Amino acid sequence: MAKENGVSEYLLRIYVAGETEKSKHAVRNLRKFCEEYMDCKYEIEIVDLMKHPQLAAGDQIFAIPTVVRKLPTPVKKLIGDLSATKKYWWAWTLSIELIGTDNNGRIGHSKIWW
Amino acid sequence: MQAKKSRSPTASKLVKVPTGIKGFDDIMMGGLPGGRSTLVAGGAGSGKTMFGMEFIVHGATEFNEPGIYVSFEENIDDLKKNFASMNFDLTRLIDEKKIIIDHVFIERNMIEETGEYDLEALFIRLGYEIDSIGAKRVALDTIEVLFSGLTNHAVIRAEILRLFRWLKDRGVTTIVTGERGQFTLTRYGLEEYIADCVILLDNRIDNELSTRRLRIIKYRGSSHGTGEYPFLIGKAGITIFPITSIRTDYKMSMQTVSTGMPIMDEMLDGKGYFKGSTVLVSGTAGTGKTSLGAHFVDAACRRGEKCLYISLEENQGQVVRNMRSIGINLQQWIDKGRLKFHVARPAMHGIEMHLLMMEDEANRFKPQNILIDPITDFTMVGGGREVKSMLIRLIDLFKARGITIMMTELIRGDIRVEKPETYISSLIDTWILLRNFEYGGERCRGLTILKSRGMAHSNQIREFVMSSDGIKLLSPYIGPEGVFMGSIKLSQEAKDNARILNIKREIQHKHDMLEEKMLEYEAKMLAVKTQQKVEESDLKKGLAMAEQDLQILLGDREQLSRERKMKAQRP
Repeated sequence: MAKENGVSEYLLRIYVAGETEKSKHAVRNLRKFCEEYMDCKYEIEIVDLMKHPQLAAGDQIFAIPTVVRKLPTPVKKLIGDLSATKKYWWAWTLSIELIGTDNNGRIGHSKIWW
Repeated sequence: MQAKKSRSPTASKLVKVPTGIKGFDDIMMGGLPGGRSTLVAGGAGSGKTMFGMEFIVHGATEFNEPGIYVSFEENIDDLKKNFASMNFDLTRLIDEKKIIIDHVFIERNMIEETGEYDLEALFIRLGYEIDSIGAKRVALDTIEVLFSGLTNHAVIRAEILRLFRWLKDRGVTTIVTGERGQFTLTRYGLEEYIADCVILLDNRIDNELSTRRLRIIKYRGSSHGTGEYPFLIGKAGITIFPITSIRTDYKMSMQTVSTGMPIMDEMLDGKGYFKGSTVLVSGTAGTGKTSLGAHFVDAACRRGEKCLYISLEENQGQVVRNMRSIGINLQQWIDKGRLKFHVARPAMHGIEMHLLMMEDEANRFKPQNILIDPITDFTMVGGGREVKSMLIRLIDLFKARGITIMMTELIRGDIRVEKPETYISSLIDTWILLRNFEYGGERCRGLTILKSRGMAHSNQIREFVMSSDGIKLLSPYIGPEGVFMGSIKLSQEAKDNARILNIKREIQHKHDMLEEKMLEYEAKMLAVKTQQKVEESDLKKGLAMAEQDLQILLGDREQLSRERKMKAQRP
């Protein structure tokens, strides 16, 4: 899953249920986001709860789809298919380093923590 | 869904699933609707979690129905610790695969929502757990956390509805708990989704004491007990106290038991109390109610029976010490395990709680005799009607088990009214009244049997004296001047004794007089007789002499004549 070789700074795990269109859509959205905005090494794990129902309890999953940011800690969760997502909202949620323009229109890397 | 669908019970008959919660299954006429969901609503601390957990644990241990407990609030370790005090060994049950506890942790600040989602993961999780142990029961405590944890309530509502249908399809019996709302049964209106059975738990404050109550709001397709049922959460979990579960068809015994006082037994038709009857001892302060009770206890233990002493005022040590002063050694019976004290402070609990605790104690100790000293204290925590209702249930409960009950009652004011504070005289089989009588600057205790059903009893007032060797019942002084007790009785008796003595003396005196007179007459007669003899002999002597003289005289004349005749012939 790793985009590049080496140790991933980000570990994102997405929980879906079955190979449905909904699931695929969510996974696609996640991939797209990561490719577009993430500059660092990251890893995406896909867990199909239909195949591994026992894994649901471990990450406290009750809704589908759910993205769990396993790394860096603390663990954060995103519930939903990521369709109604804007860039900054993503960043806010996952506190991810983004590439692109920051609030002030400056180009470069900006870490958004708020 | 990969899970195989087990059909819900056929529509023809509603299957009932016992919860194992004491008393609850009785008022539910069997238990919860099988294969359906039941909503248990209640405020904070009303016992919802306890209810759910008991349902799961009893199911696993008593009814061979494995269960899943889904906790949305407390974590597994906390639950284990909390229920350990109730002797629920959750760890063991989990290891034995009889139950699964799943903590669904929804932390608002860790979760963000974006786009569409559903709660399929919860279904998968639950389905997996149900399949892994073959669960028949599920408790969801409390699913409402979803509403506070997630923002898209429309989705949650739809999903919860789907969840209940899904659980029904799987044929599991489910308890769903819900926090009570301000105007609705549950804060998020769960009652709209659960149509089969709704139970409300309530914790109200009456007279500064909280009393838990349970009410069945609906139970589709079944009859059920109506009204509010008080319940207790104690060491043994939830105990519900339905009046309907009390049997009133108990058999009455013809056997009698001694009162512990021979004279008292005599007053009660020479037998004593009926076994399994209810004895009320009413009396004003300091008339010896507890002492009478102690005799009852002592007699019971002496027979080898067990006795539960429910004391609402004095503690064990105090009673034992005080009773020793009237020569009753209760300690020996405690040591032998025949006597058990249950000391409760009236203000500690609500009235219902007292009842439950007394029942609980009786269930564990299994006594044949119970003494409640005094019942009057219950009026501190409840109104007259409540106390009466409680006592009716108490009496029924214990009577059904053939327990002989003695209750003491403190009465105030004018005892002539003979109106007990708690108005339970109609429930009483034997009613003993102890009262103080005032005579000449002294108080005396008097004992009367006001009634004793099913036996001829004495109507006499007996004087009741407490001595170092127990209670003594004395016959009062009954004389032409009235009925007296105490020292008046003694003085009256002394007076009587003096009078008797006087008369006795007089009689003796008369006897003496008679004898004297007789002797006197006898002496007089002796004297007369002596005189008679003397005179007789004197007279006789005189008579003899006179006769002699006559003889002599007559002899002289003859001689003379003879001599004359001789002279005349010669001339």
